[in-house]
Amino acid sequence: MSALLTVNDLRVRFPTRTGVVEAVRGVSFTLGRERLGIVGESGSGKSQTGRAIMGLTPSHAEVTAKTLSFGGVDLISAPPKVRRDLRGKRIAMILQDPKYSLNPVMSIGRQIVETLRRHENVSRSEARERALDMLAAVQIRDPARVFDLYPHEVSGGMGQRAMIAMMLVAGPELLIADEPTSALDVTVQLEVLSILDKLVADRGMGLIFVSHDLRLVSSFCDRVLVMYAGKIVEEIAASDLASAKHPYTQGLLNCMPVIGADRHPLPVLDRKPEWAL
Amino acid sequence: MTTAVSVQNLTVAYEDFKALDAVGVDVAAGESFGLVGESGSGKSTLLRAVAGLAPVTGGTIRVENRQLQGARRDKAFYRSVQMVFQDPYGSLHPRQTVDRQLLEPLAIHGVGDGERRILKALDEVGLGSGFRFRYPHQLSGGQRQRIAIARALILEPSILLLDEPTSALDASVQAEVLNLLEQVRRDRKLTFIMVSHDLGVVTHMCDRLAVMRGGRVVERLSSADLVAGRIGEDYTRNLMVASKGFRRG
Ligand SMILES: Nc1ncnc2c1ncn2[C@@H]1O[C@H](COP(=O)(O)OP(=O)(O)OP(=O)(O)O)[C@@H](O)[C@H]1O
Ligand SMILES: Nc1ncnc2c1ncn2[C@@H]1O[C@H](COP(=O)(O)OP(=O)(O)OP(=O)(O)O)[C@@H](O)[C@H]1O
Ligand SMILES: [Mg+2]
Ligand SMILES: [Mg+2]
Repeated sequence: MSALLTVNDLRVRFPTRTGVVEAVRGVSFTLGRERLGIVGESGSGKSQTGRAIMGLTPSHAEVTAKTLSFGGVDLISAPPKVRRDLRGKRIAMILQDPKYSLNPVMSIGRQIVETLRRHENVSRSEARERALDMLAAVQIRDPARVFDLYPHEVSGGMGQRAMIAMMLVAGPELLIADEPTSALDVTVQLEVLSILDKLVADRGMGLIFVSHDLRLVSSFCDRVLVMYAGKIVEEIAASDLASAKHPYTQGLLNCMPVIGADRHPLPVLDRKPEWAL
Repeated sequence: MTTAVSVQNLTVAYEDFKALDAVGVDVAAGESFGLVGESGSGKSTLLRAVAGLAPVTGGTIRVENRQLQGARRDKAFYRSVQMVFQDPYGSLHPRQTVDRQLLEPLAIHGVGDGERRILKALDEVGLGSGFRFRYPHQLSGGQRQRIAIARALILEPSILLLDEPTSALDASVQAEVLNLLEQVRRDRKLTFIMVSHDLGVVTHMCDRLAVMRGGRVVERLSSADLVAGRIGEDYTRNLMVASKGFRRG
């Protein structure tokens, strides 16, 4: 499979008053037109990996990589204008805190319309139609009402779906979805996943799906990267997740509350310092 | 049985849209009660209404046998009722360090021993003292969520309103936070109302639950009934089926 994205030895460091935080410490992977899952410990660098690919790392942080290339473009040396043009149009990211990533003073509908019109030459009324269709596609019950609401007026899951609609409307080639369905009820979750699934299968989009929901990742993704303390500690076919080798991954599977199992307290991980070496 | 939170006929409207339409829920003291249901069905609105943060247009809310008036809540209320919001980013102050945000509730309520309490609260949610002087934007999503939980627990309230408290946490940290919540509930006889779309989490944490859809409660049942498939509504049944994961094609 030809690689859409190549990441080799990606590192992200934050200088802080109390020392340097190494958020990402040498992450390498390639992505084709597939569904790649990333799971991992809270704080292990999943979001910062996605942000570095998007070019959304805070400016005081330091990003380095031996290779970071998308569709033949070297992202590390690309001038800011080239990266801005890629963003939204060819590479899109659904951010983890959608309600606080959306513009608070612009209605949901207008944000989708403006995103679309920035990337495509369409009339206002056509853009509005497509935005409404997109909201309906992500299972928003009453698209016309929600179109006019502001981010603080929608529920957690509606904000998440508004962000998904906004990111999909321009038809990106690479979508980084950071916990895109964590606030959705399970039935809506599956509907949204099948939209993403179709985009990968029919349009050949590459998808990076960051999630802590192992049940979803194992049933939805092709491959899974497992992160711990800024590094990839295991790569595994999604269908083989149950037979993971790394003790972190094994422990993860064991500490999920399962419907019908009565385990109080839940088993917890005994984290070994050598996992973070 | 004493009732910790009693909501009767509660209606919340935003202009002509009813976010809650005559909702009733009774939660006993010391009980852990779950809310599940469709995204946008009014789960957060229900918790926010109890906390005095939603425009109630009808019905009553009683907390620990006191009837609450409108959106007014006094200091004593927030001493006994704390809420963990669904969007921790929005509930944390962007320009205050973790330390300030944990100190503030203690200062407001005149609780001493701040230093020890802050370190204990951070430790309980699995964050070392290295996070104490960070700002919210310097934390990962799950770290922010844990700060919000620490802040709700630090005042030792008797009622906790938890809106998707572990939705941003990986399974290992989630297990630790759920164990912590169960332990403080046992030790301090806390009452929980907990929203989660993860039926594994809800049935693990809660004795009874309500299923919501379109601003209404469509079914009330015990976790044991849900687990055993003794379900009355198709919508609830669909949720159980969808919980099994994604199926292609
Ligand atoms: N501005 C910053 N300054 C210092 N440290 C930071 C900053 N932003 C992020 N970090 C740290 O970088 C690490 C990685 O963060 P990241 O957001 O990538 O984690 P994550 O894997 O997405 O976690 P979660 O599952 O909780 O969202 C965390 O330990 C976080 O505290
Ligand atoms: N300030 C507001 N103005 C207009 N509508 C609002 C406002 N706040 C909430 N709503 C509406 O109330 C409804 C219920 O929202 P709520 O946040 O309670 O849903 P929820 O069940 O918590 O959903 P989720 O699971 O997605 O978080 C939504 O349709 C939302 O748009
Ligand atoms: Mg993250
Ligand atoms: Mg909600």
